[in-house]
Amino acid sequence: MHLLELKNLQKFYATQKAVDDISFSVEQGSIFGLLGPNGAGKTTLLRMITGIFYPDRGDILFNNKKFDPLNDILYIGYMPEERGLYKKMKIGEQALYLAQLKGLSRSDAMTKIKYWFQRMGMESWWNKKVEDLSKGMSQKLQFVITVLHEPKLIILDEPFSGLDPVNANLIKDEIFNLARNGSTIIFSTHRMEQVEEICDHIVLVNQGKKILDGTVQNIKQEFKENTFNIKLSQIPAEINSPAFEVIRQDSNNLTVKIHAGHRSNDVLQYFLQQSTIEGFNEILPSLNEIFIHLVEGTRATRQFQAVEA
Amino acid sequence: MSKIWLVIKREYLSRVRKKTFILSTILTPLLFVGLIVVVTVISVKNVDKERIAVIDESGNFRGHLENSKAVTFDFPTGVDSTNYAAKGYSAILYTPAENAKKYRLISKKQMGMIAESNVEKTINRALEDNLLKQTYNIDVRQLDSIRKNAAKADIDQAIKDKGSQVQKGNSGLAYGIGYASAFLIYITLFIYGTMVMRGVMEEKTNRIAEVIVSSVKPFQLMMGKILGIGAVGLTQFLIWIVLIIGLTSAAGAIFSRETLQQAQEASQQMQTGGAAMGSNAATQFNQIRDTLGSANWLLIIGCFLFYFVFGYLFYAALFAAVGSAVNEDPQDAQSLLLPIMMPIVISIVIMINAITNPAGALATWSSLIPFCSPIVMMARIPFGVPGTVPYWQLILSMLLLVGGFLVTTWLSAKIYRVGILMYGKKVTWKEMWKWTFRKN
Repeated sequence: MHLLELKNLQKFYATQKAVDDISFSVEQGSIFGLLGPNGAGKTTLLRMITGIFYPDRGDILFNNKKFDPLNDILYIGYMPEERGLYKKMKIGEQALYLAQLKGLSRSDAMTKIKYWFQRMGMESWWNKKVEDLSKGMSQKLQFVITVLHEPKLIILDEPFSGLDPVNANLIKDEIFNLARNGSTIIFSTHRMEQVEEICDHIVLVNQGKKILDGTVQNIKQEFKENTFNIKLSQIPAEINSPAFEVIRQDSNNLTVKIHAGHRSNDVLQYFLQQSTIEGFNEILPSLNEIFIHLVEGTRATRQFQAVEA
Repeated sequence: MSKIWLVIKREYLSRVRKKTFILSTILTPLLFVGLIVVVTVISVKNVDKERIAVIDESGNFRGHLENSKAVTFDFPTGVDSTNYAAKGYSAILYTPAENAKKYRLISKKQMGMIAESNVEKTINRALEDNLLKQTYNIDVRQLDSIRKNAAKADIDQAIKDKGSQVQKGNSGLAYGIGYASAFLIYITLFIYGTMVMRGVMEEKTNRIAEVIVSSVKPFQLMMGKILGIGAVGLTQFLIWIVLIIGLTSAAGAIFSRETLQQAQEASQQMQTGGAAMGSNAATQFNQIRDTLGSANWLLIIGCFLFYFVFGYLFYAALFAAVGSAVNEDPQDAQSLLLPIMMPIVISIVIMINAITNPAGALATWSSLIPFCSPIVMMARIPFGVPGTVPYWQLILSMLLLVGGFLVTTWLSAKIYRVGILMYGKKVTWKEMWKWTFRKN
């Protein structure tokens, strides 16, 4: 079941096609990665999903109904890339205020805040002010505030920036936990190793257009170049096969690229007769490589352009 | 609606709980009343007595130099410039026999400005009396009684309205009330307007705006802030009014009428001195107690609250729009603020003119235009409704102001919604104008 569906979404600014005809859907309970280089239109896209902006054209379906910002935003938790909290306000009161703005009753909000503060080891923070917190601490607080009202859809824009590995892991575990409990998470970043680790499904946008859409596994399969790593006890003096070619040799390790029309078994068969095979595995491209491959060549920074809407 | 209420509550409580708010709310009236009390006490207690020995060569002055609280004149014998101090005089005055010659006042210390002018005035008066008597043979006492009778004629205005109901008018009091309330509105527009602007800027630069507008509509956030700060302003005013009334009546009880009259006399004697300011306040204090009854307080306070609230609302939305358009740099705010500050400053200039002619064309027209009506109309109302300000003008002015408030809020909301999420770019008024016509 799709929790969120975007259909031909468009948003033009005076000098830019920020989002130009993007469609995708997000599965209920999945962790969805929204990727793209700086200025690709991610933030605009997220702001439309959170009801801050209205699309110029296209539809958003939330829970299979037309997205109604006024009511549906209560089921969305949004953590923007630029963290924002009232610096002079006490942390407990601030959490309470923001939770109440999301429609929770005061007592409800209190219980949930207590639960989360305890869970994240923040009980002693209640009467502190945000300006007393370190960057990592306020990040944690922001995360708690985002998920406090148990939203169906949680949107996290670069949730790990500025966090040390311990706290990053803590947040990561919470994200998995939330997804297990049925929340859907949209995760926007350009840190590919995190995406690979966390996301089920990704969409890559560049210059306002969607250029990639699929599960992490499928995308890797799609972009693999049929290269394999093979570890041998002894490298034969001469390797010559119509099935593959060696593209790199590193002591006992060979990296081979299998030619079209041949299978990995052909490689194994070739070496079986000559040497002992100690290891054999396929080399899949990392998302990072795919990302760079796809985005490279386009201009690194977006140019301003005239828009005829 | 409940969300606006939450925003209002936060804006209100976060400000009211601040130490600076509590201090300024309590200290301002204390300072205000305290200043009057201190000045009154000083002007009553601290008049230096100067005894002056007069060596009257002309013989014209004996019996003509009036003693006052500050200065006494004696005509001793055997006192000269060598021994006057030893005999307890602070100065010695030589009056020449011929008028052409100069009078000489000798003293060890520099005499105070007040005492000196006092001496000079007394001598002038004595000379004047003398000349009058010699030249025209007019008795000084007769002249005095004529002067007194003339001074008694205080103009008592009776204003007749259509119902031939006679209202007692007191233009001096109306002037004072009008001036004070217009200035109060002027000051509050600035104080609370910039408070709104700062609040918006804080939310924008802290980037909390984006978190909040994912929960509430930008309009709700803006209105909540405006209403919350407006409530702070009202609270502060009510506390001030209560405290000032309480403290002044307490001060009035401590200082008997006589003390106040004494202070009044003291101030009349020292009108050229700088201290006169303070005891003028005491004088007015006394006078106001007498004449307060002649003003229509219910109407004035009611109108004041109306123009305070809606004048604030009219401008606050504009201040919010400017705050949303500004980035971290407060310098940017200055140039964007100018178009908003101008009408407020111009209003006060118009008001100062209008208050001298409260029924004139300038006063009438500018009290209808929402940009200046809160200030100008408040200056006119104490002169009488419906005498000076006909009902239709008052009602039209109020309607226009409410309408104006709706328009500025609508415009500002559009600017605000775009501006609050726009970072890094310096915004001009032209661009803001464009935002108001964007479709969504």
